[in-house]
Amino acid sequence: MVMKILKILGLGLGGMVLAVSVGYAQEVNLYSARKEALIKPLLDEFSQKTGIKVNLVTGKADALLKRLETEGANTPADVLITVDAGRLHRAKIAELLQPVSSDVLQESVPASYRDPDNYWFGLSLRARPIMYAIGKLDPSTLTSYEELAEPRWKGKICVRSSSNIYNQSLVASMIVAIGEQQTEQWARALVANLARPPKGGDRDQIRAAAAGQCTIAIANTYYLARMATSKKGQRAREVAGKIGIIWPNQKGRGTHINVSGAGVTKFAKHKDNAIKLLEFLVGGEAQRLYADSNHEYPVKAGMEPSEILKQWGTFEGDSVNLSLLGKYNSTAVKLMDRAGWR
Amino acid sequence: MVAVSALLALPILVVLSFVLQPASDVWRHLFETVLTDYVINSLLLMVGVGVGTLLLGVGSAWLTTQYQFPGRDTLIWALLLPLSMPAYITAYTYTGMLDYAGPLQYQLREWFEWSYGDYWFPEVRSLPGAMAVLSFVLYPYVYLLSRAAFLEQSVSMTDASRLLGCTAWQSFRRVALPMARPAIIAGLSLALMETLADYGTVQYFGVDTFTTGIFRTWFGLGDSSAAAQLASVLLGFIFLLIVLERWSRKRARYHHVGIRSQPFHVQFLTGWRAAAAISACALPLMLGFVLPTAQLLLWAYRTADQMIDPEFYRLIRNSITLAAGAATLAVFIALLIAYGKRLSPNKVVVSAARVAGMGYAIPGTVIAVGVMLSLAWLDNNIDFWFRNQFGISTGLLFSGTLFALVFAYMVRFLAVSLQTVESGLAKIKESMDDAARSLGYRPKEVLRRVHIPIMRGSLLTAGLIVFVDILKELPATLILRPFNFNTLAVRAFELASDERLADSAIPAIAIVLVGLLPVILLSRAIARSRTTTYVDRTNGNI
Repeated sequence: MVMKILKILGLGLGGMVLAVSVGYAQEVNLYSARKEALIKPLLDEFSQKTGIKVNLVTGKADALLKRLETEGANTPADVLITVDAGRLHRAKIAELLQPVSSDVLQESVPASYRDPDNYWFGLSLRARPIMYAIGKLDPSTLTSYEELAEPRWKGKICVRSSSNIYNQSLVASMIVAIGEQQTEQWARALVANLARPPKGGDRDQIRAAAAGQCTIAIANTYYLARMATSKKGQRAREVAGKIGIIWPNQKGRGTHINVSGAGVTKFAKHKDNAIKLLEFLVGGEAQRLYADSNHEYPVKAGMEPSEILKQWGTFEGDSVNLSLLGKYNSTAVKLMDRAGWR
Repeated sequence: MVAVSALLALPILVVLSFVLQPASDVWRHLFETVLTDYVINSLLLMVGVGVGTLLLGVGSAWLTTQYQFPGRDTLIWALLLPLSMPAYITAYTYTGMLDYAGPLQYQLREWFEWSYGDYWFPEVRSLPGAMAVLSFVLYPYVYLLSRAAFLEQSVSMTDASRLLGCTAWQSFRRVALPMARPAIIAGLSLALMETLADYGTVQYFGVDTFTTGIFRTWFGLGDSSAAAQLASVLLGFIFLLIVLERWSRKRARYHHVGIRSQPFHVQFLTGWRAAAAISACALPLMLGFVLPTAQLLLWAYRTADQMIDPEFYRLIRNSITLAAGAATLAVFIALLIAYGKRLSPNKVVVSAARVAGMGYAIPGTVIAVGVMLSLAWLDNNIDFWFRNQFGISTGLLFSGTLFALVFAYMVRFLAVSLQTVESGLAKIKESMDDAARSLGYRPKEVLRRVHIPIMRGSLLTAGLIVFVDILKELPATLILRPFNFNTLAVRAFELASDERLADSAIPAIAIVLVGLLPVILLSRAIARSRTTTYVDRTNGNI
């Protein structure tokens, strides 16, 4: 009986392998750190328009990088998508990407949101401003990330763990702006001001601020936007209603932003299709979908963000070249270790 | 067989081989800053989960084997249910219920007009919280194995101890418990190895353990060799524990000499004693299954219409086929290795199996990297050879296929299947082999006609635990799977890590439901092996 079961299962598994590997005339293979639920609608749209089938594996950026690296020249992947510039920079340094020359990409993506050597291109922008519990703080009294280190905010700040890439990028951007030593002092003072040890994700910090556990939260805007527009989550909308946004450093370098972005792999077998996919993703239609479904800021110049984001006003974004965030990422992590930012 | 076990040990050896690389300055940084905390947290977590799983697991196993009380027959299998809950999902549900911003504390604040700092409430997302959550989901390993051990203990032992004047408690502590020690330790070691490998729960709870350190080093500092070196330290630690355990029971032997000739006596409990026994056994079930599932259902209720689509049924099918196929293979390989060892203890096989068995304590992502490196090396060499010989490129034959995934499962879960199968095999006396051989059976036939029928219970147990484990497995599945291949665990994780807990509830519940089936099968198999198979077979009616 055991053998029989084995045979049946063997056939089943074999069938699955075949079903998965059936080839299409036109296809492009994608490794994406962007979650399936968010990227799939865009990819379907692309397939419908161009007839090119997109094969997708999602995963954590570093694990996908490792997979690309071990597969070497034989890798099936044509495109890599990540949700931060740091990982793209890491991929470039590890020689996993190749430069792409495309007028469409050049024109659509502003220079600060793509690699100087055209190894990767931003697809959407994510801002990380300061959020506050409305009524507990006069927003005009807090105007920069640097001020979060002041003792007047003792016990009032919520932020997630430094293991998170968004915080790592924020700190890396500060290293670029004010230097490592100053940033470390800042981080120490920030840790001393925390209302509670860092835990949970960005939404948790927002919720904690709304519930009164802290006054200030640092979080990406699209989390708040998703809560504010949640169709069924009445509690989520209530929470979001209690939160205001401060765009920090408007008189200086601007509010910290990062990109989700993509590059063509060094050994891409479907390079033309890969470039088509990238061009589609920075095109008007895809940018609209990005903006409206996930509430990220469009990377394409002249595109409007979603309704809720418009309500929060415009701001000046940090124009630091994003590949520097990747360069200073490990410096940032070590710095946060020393500062006790867990 | 040598080849199979060596192949399974390969990914672990690949990880270990990073030790030979020069240490980078990341190590100094870690020593100077966070490493001490990581180690202390990991040790405390192990102690906490150890105590928790022992109390919940051994306690409920003892009560359900020794006593009869209302609801016992249901509890016997229901106690296994938490096995089907992925730990990180349980962690999310408890946070959802008990966090500061959650509904319970919100209500309390509304009723009593409290605000932050006015009252004390235990913090879910903390080290004690992680200990509790992991104990709730991992105790079934201890329960399962210690219950099987208690059932096998001969009644005469307990009777003898009682005749010698022991109270029920003394007889438990001085006879039954020491006799069941190997089984309890086996269950405990599975629970602790999973604790060490856990990343989802501790990361969400903000508890920095050695494993979170591995990931921080890899993802944050971008140093994958230092991360592999940290993983090797973890392996060394596991190895040390295994050696210590073996050494401490070196001279003790755990044979059950007598044959259980009488049916098992169970004591009937009534009144408050029955009530106490029921509550003691229902508690782990409530904490590990009922409460988290209730929260999941509540979330699922709100999102079901969006989340259930044709794609969803494909996820279920993928999950079941993959888990069932891999679990069967895992049992098959375990049987192969265990039986091979019994026929002729081969040093290579024994040590390779031991190395592979440690895979259970390694975070799945690290195993996945070991698998990727091994298979990519193999693929690229085959490709190179074919290109040289025939001028054709074979590309990647194994990497990025289901084979890679199944291979990773074998490495990661061999410990589970091998331990269960070995203990089943060890209970069959060697004289049985001799008798069958003297009747002219070849070793393969002995295995098929004598051993497999006798140890059907153990084989099922092994297969079903691995099935449930694979169903829940995340990191290796995520990174090794082929294009366009999703499972329930992947879907649940992606939504949860995108902070869409409510949306992740549907796939999470599906994991629980699919996992339920084998758990029920498993408990029925155990019940059967106890009442009929065991007694008949050991009386020699083969």
